[in-house]
Amino acid sequence: MSVSAASLNVGDTRELELVDDLTRTQIVMYAGASGDYNPLHSDEKFAREVAGYPGIFAHGMLTMGMTGRIVTDWFEVARVTKYGVRFVRQVWPGDTLTATATVDALREEGGVHFADVSIATVNQDGTTFLTGSATARLDP
Amino acid sequence: MAIERFPIEAGHVLMFARAIGDPNPIYADADVAAASEVGVIPAPPTFVTASAQFDPDYPLRPKIGEPWFGSGREATGAKPTVPSGGGGGDGDGGGGTSLHAEQHYEYHRPLVVGDVLHARGRKGDTWEKQGRSGTLKFTELVTEYLDQDDEVVITARTVAVLTEGPK
Repeated sequence: MSVSAASLNVGDTRELELVDDLTRTQIVMYAGASGDYNPLHSDEKFAREVAGYPGIFAHGMLTMGMTGRIVTDWFEVARVTKYGVRFVRQVWPGDTLTATATVDALREEGGVHFADVSIATVNQDGTTFLTGSATARLDP
Repeated sequence: MAIERFPIEAGHVLMFARAIGDPNPIYADADVAAASEVGVIPAPPTFVTASAQFDPDYPLRPKIGEPWFGSGREATGAKPTVPSGGGGGDGDGGGGTSLHAEQHYEYHRPLVVGDVLHARGRKGDTWEKQGRSGTLKFTELVTEYLDQDDEVVITARTVAVLTEGPK
C-alpha cells in the first residue's frame, strides 16, 4: 500500500534486520543474479593469496540491494524516485546487518508529495557499513 | 560501456530478489503484482546493476575460452584492468586496486518486467583525496538506462575509488 503524506512526520523511523549471519552462499547467489563474478566475492583462494584480503567479502551492491528493502517495504518499490548510498566499509560472511530509515523531510513539488529519508546499515556491533538516502512519492 | 539490449525478465527479477534476501511477493507472483498500483512485476531498486549480464565486454565475468583471473589449479591468472562500474556493476576490481565508493540511482518511472532497456555510460568527474595509505583517486561514471521508446528510465551514478590495496 502506498503511504500518504498526512500519515508521516519528520523524524519517523523504521528499523529492519536485513540478514542474520550472512553466508558465503548468499554472496554467491548475488554474484549469479547480478553478473558480478569478481572472485573477491566468491573465491577464498584468490581473495587471500592474490588480493591479500582475509577472505572473500560481500559485493557493496549486495549490501545496497539488501538495504533497499527498508525503503521498498515502507513506501513500495514503484514509488521510489531516488536511492543512493556510500559504502563505508566491507561486509564479511557472518555479519548480521540492520537498516534504519528516518524521514528527514516531507515536501510538495507541483502538487506531488515526497518523503526524503536518510538510511544507515549497521552490523551486530553497531558499526556503520553503509549510509544513504532515498526519496519516495507519497499519496496526499 | 554500452549495452544494446537488457530485457527485464521475470525469472531474473525473481533470482535477484532472492539474492538480496527480499521476500516481497511482488517480485515473484504476477497476481500480487497485478493487484499493485503498477500492475506488473517491478524490478528492485538496484536491479539495473544486473545489466552487467548483458554487457558483452563486462570484465568481471569469465568469457568462454578466455583466461580468468580467479583461481583454478593456481590462485590466479591475469589481473583485469577495471574499474568497470560498467553497467552499473560493482566497481571493485581484482587485486584490491579499485573499490566501489558510492552508488546513486534516480528513477524517472518504475522499471517493470517487459521493459527492454539499453544503456549508455559516460565518464563524470574525477578527484583525489589524501587517505591513510596514500592518494585516493575517485572516478565517476554516469549511466543512462533507456527503454524501448528511448525514454530514460533510470540514471545511475557510480563512484569508484582507486586505492593501493589492502596490504
